[in-house]
Amino acid sequence: MRRTRMFGLLAVCGLLAGCLGQTQEGDKAQNADAKEITLTIVANAAAGGKNARGANWIQNWVIPKFTEQQKAKGVTATIKFEQNGAGDEDFKTKVALDLKTGGGGDIIEIDGIWLGEFAQAGQIKPLGDVVGNTDWDGWNQIPKAVQGLGEFDGKRYGVPMGTDGRVLFFNKKLFAQAGLPADWQPRSWQDVLDAGAKLKTLPGVTPIQLNAGTAMGEATTMQGVLPALVGAGKPIYENGKWQGDSAQLKDVLGLYQKVYGGGLGDPVLQQEAKGRDRSFTLFGENKIGILLESDYFWRSVVEPKNGVAKMADRDTAVGWALVPAKQAKAGVGGQDFVSMSGGGVRVINPNTNYPRQAWEFMQFLNSAEAVKESLAGAAQLTQRQDVNDEVLKGDPMLTFISEKVLPITRYRPGLADYPKVSAALQQATADVVAGKSPDEVATAYRAALIKAVGEGNVG
Amino acid sequence: MDSSGLGVRRALGFVAPALVLIGVFLVFPALWTLYIGITNYQLTGPAAANPRIVGLDNVVEAVRDPLFTNSVWLTALFVLFSAVLGQNALGFGLAWLLRNVRPWLRRTVEGFVLLSWILPGTVVAYLWFAVLSRDTGTLGLLLGSPETAWLVQYPMTSLIIFNVWRGTAFSMLLYTSALAAVPPSQIETARLMGASGWQTVRDVVFPHIRGHVLTNTLLISLWTANDFTPFLLTAGGPNHQSEVLPVLIYRQALEGGQLGYASAMSMLLLVGNLAVALVYVRLLRRRA
Amino acid sequence: MSPLWMVRRIGFYVLITLVLAFFAVPMLWLASAPFDSKPGLGLRWPDWTFANVAATFEHPYALTSLVNSLVLCVVATVVTTVLAALAAYALSRVRIPGRDLLLYLLLLLSSVVTGTAAMVPIFVMMLQLGLINSQFGTALVIAGGMLPAAIFILKDFMDAVPRSYEESARVFGASPWQVLGHVVLPVARPGVATIFVWAFVNAWGNFLLPFLLMRDVGQQPAAVLLRTLYDEGGSANLTVIPVFSLLYSIPVVVLYLFVSKRYGFRFHGGIKS
Repeated sequence: MRRTRMFGLLAVCGLLAGCLGQTQEGDKAQNADAKEITLTIVANAAAGGKNARGANWIQNWVIPKFTEQQKAKGVTATIKFEQNGAGDEDFKTKVALDLKTGGGGDIIEIDGIWLGEFAQAGQIKPLGDVVGNTDWDGWNQIPKAVQGLGEFDGKRYGVPMGTDGRVLFFNKKLFAQAGLPADWQPRSWQDVLDAGAKLKTLPGVTPIQLNAGTAMGEATTMQGVLPALVGAGKPIYENGKWQGDSAQLKDVLGLYQKVYGGGLGDPVLQQEAKGRDRSFTLFGENKIGILLESDYFWRSVVEPKNGVAKMADRDTAVGWALVPAKQAKAGVGGQDFVSMSGGGVRVINPNTNYPRQAWEFMQFLNSAEAVKESLAGAAQLTQRQDVNDEVLKGDPMLTFISEKVLPITRYRPGLADYPKVSAALQQATADVVAGKSPDEVATAYRAALIKAVGEGNVG
Repeated sequence: MDSSGLGVRRALGFVAPALVLIGVFLVFPALWTLYIGITNYQLTGPAAANPRIVGLDNVVEAVRDPLFTNSVWLTALFVLFSAVLGQNALGFGLAWLLRNVRPWLRRTVEGFVLLSWILPGTVVAYLWFAVLSRDTGTLGLLLGSPETAWLVQYPMTSLIIFNVWRGTAFSMLLYTSALAAVPPSQIETARLMGASGWQTVRDVVFPHIRGHVLTNTLLISLWTANDFTPFLLTAGGPNHQSEVLPVLIYRQALEGGQLGYASAMSMLLLVGNLAVALVYVRLLRRRA
Repeated sequence: MSPLWMVRRIGFYVLITLVLAFFAVPMLWLASAPFDSKPGLGLRWPDWTFANVAATFEHPYALTSLVNSLVLCVVATVVTTVLAALAAYALSRVRIPGRDLLLYLLLLLSSVVTGTAAMVPIFVMMLQLGLINSQFGTALVIAGGMLPAAIFILKDFMDAVPRSYEESARVFGASPWQVLGHVVLPVARPGVATIFVWAFVNAWGNFLLPFLLMRDVGQQPAAVLLRTLYDEGGSANLTVIPVFSLLYSIPVVVLYLFVSKRYGFRFHGGIKS
């Protein structure tokens, strides 16, 4: 017993010392002239798993190329790649633990929406504070809106890794059977509901999949509530306040009620633990008419060769349309059509031993050549305009996102409170799907919101 | 008393390695967790930079939180029906029925029951998706109602049946060995006196295995109360209808990053476990 | 007598069949989905193919992760079993004050540590001890969480070993180590074997600890890999998952069959109280 206590005591002392000693202010110019450097890049990507393409790119292209480039300058660079491939929340926990304990990779790929939380916790710092001078010709190639993904509180924290946009995908075969046009473009929510009513006449078809409920997690917020909210005319966070039980929120909940109370959507599917996977499979099997998703759906879900719900006839069978505002001019900023976007960001760890080299590595990762190589021949929206101009040419859907959606899109507020607000929104849609009235749900949502973020922050 | 000639000193030497390991890797982090429970610590955001000690605020908040009380209720249901009743009864039933059957049949049944106990949790979750999912699920096909989404429409019932499937093996093993210790002559006497099967179990067998029943119930209750597998099956859904405490704690800690609050709830779970354990210990004492 | 006996007999076998079906039916997926050209979350007669198996073997980390799991679990299991057996024997034979209270307390605390709330303390502690990315360190944490229950169960087995055996051995001059090794352990062998399998199975399924503590993807165990078989949008990769689930299950089944054949897998006179 005595030995245990001694050991425990020793461990406590060690830990306390370790925890207190972690706030070391990085020197921006430290090791700037080092001849031997080691940099670690951390990503939620793994060969043979999640985001395998990104993992292969880092492993097989970035590391050899950058090492070679440094060698030419007389610097021996060792680049390590820490692969993950877990659920987003698991990965976020891991990164937060790393940053909290003063460790972690030198360059870390995170979801743009986590930026605020990490920044407010002091776990990441503005780019200039970490590396000094951040001049780079690449900035000119990244559109202002996309750069915003890497900014928090007006300061730049990282470099975005690409973006996406949300549209309504629809099954043209089902549309033809229901007597709807192949070049469908709804101009109001009512137009969507009307199309749904026609699709409802087809046996075995769920007309509309508008993600709802808590089981889908962030997919409910991003592919459901938020696009509808901006369509109702008010973003979730405005002038320092979160939207409470406003008229716009009630409109959105009313839309959910019309879809799920009116037999246009499948309420059970929204609550299944693997409901989103299932909705993809059903769309691929021609059993869902209209589905709100990001271009990821086109690239990776119904993609004919490697998609998770392959559609051999994707190019002819899948149509897309802009998400309409509630009615013309009713969207945020008086828009007729709306969308939401997200994307990843690369940040530099404030604890890095080689800030200047990390920044150099960052520029390399975001060079036109590297970005193009990262796509491995596929088409996808990147952060760079010059690369997009070149790679999106062959793909009408992605060109559509780049030209028509990105100019009208909105991003989520990257604040520490956002996940709690998002959870409250998911809960609200779950309650509507379960049959409660929008007014009742809106009141409960407001109460939940006040509890989560404090009364002063709810508008 | 000390028939092994071990002596207290050497006995301590035998216990010490285990205690050191437990002390470092279990007691220390557990106490630290309980300490975090009285702070407002979060994984990210402003409270991550400067956590404050908030005393018992977390506990008060939890007790007032309808999600927490809902969880406690569900956990109690889960433990009562799947462990205390389900695993106990089925485990004993199997042990009793398989006493006198042919060895091959006994081995086959035991083999499957044990298989369900030793397969990894993640794999088991997929197996049960295949049983309970909509349209293609085995149960729906067997019962002729493929449109039923069992995990959504009957989440707690599904979890309880799942956990009976998952955990019966332990009770079966334990009762099989317990029954072996009941003198066969007594059972035979009861049978000759015309006692029914149930009467035999109640009046002859139970007094012999009472201690086993209590130990078994304690262990399976604790394991069930702390079981995380429900997360893999329903993720607590739909709409918190199957959010047992370990799932709620996981969601608060990982999805919400509310480590202080989650730790406080862990502490309450510990207190609950303690209460259950004390009841068992009392029952055991009364026997002696 | 005879017709009643028949009815009871038939009833008995119907009951056994139902129970057997209850336990066996869920496992059919593991037999069909890995070899189905379009595996799904449901049971159907497979459209036979070995393409999934090939795809799984081509996965860069599938097989290494199984080896990693073996290393991790063998260490954790051996540590748990050996230390638990020693401690359980001593606790069973020598009356240490507060023994039962201590056991119950440890059993309860183990539930806190196996929960998610303890991840920050464990992570920070392992970092300070320099045991991040160490399979050995991760195995020790897992073992620490399993030890209380293992000691608790094993102590009952040790209690059941008749003390007269040890007394006779001592009369012949055996040392305490010899008594333990040659007399007590052989008698308590099924119990030790059961704990061994129990510990192995528990360690084999552990996800969160190896995920947080093992940083190198080439060193991560199968439990972690199985959770990474998703695409960027979070959809399950059903080509690889069923086959990998099967591969992942084989070692525990083999271990069980081996142990059960060699040592007997039952609580033989076992847990009382």
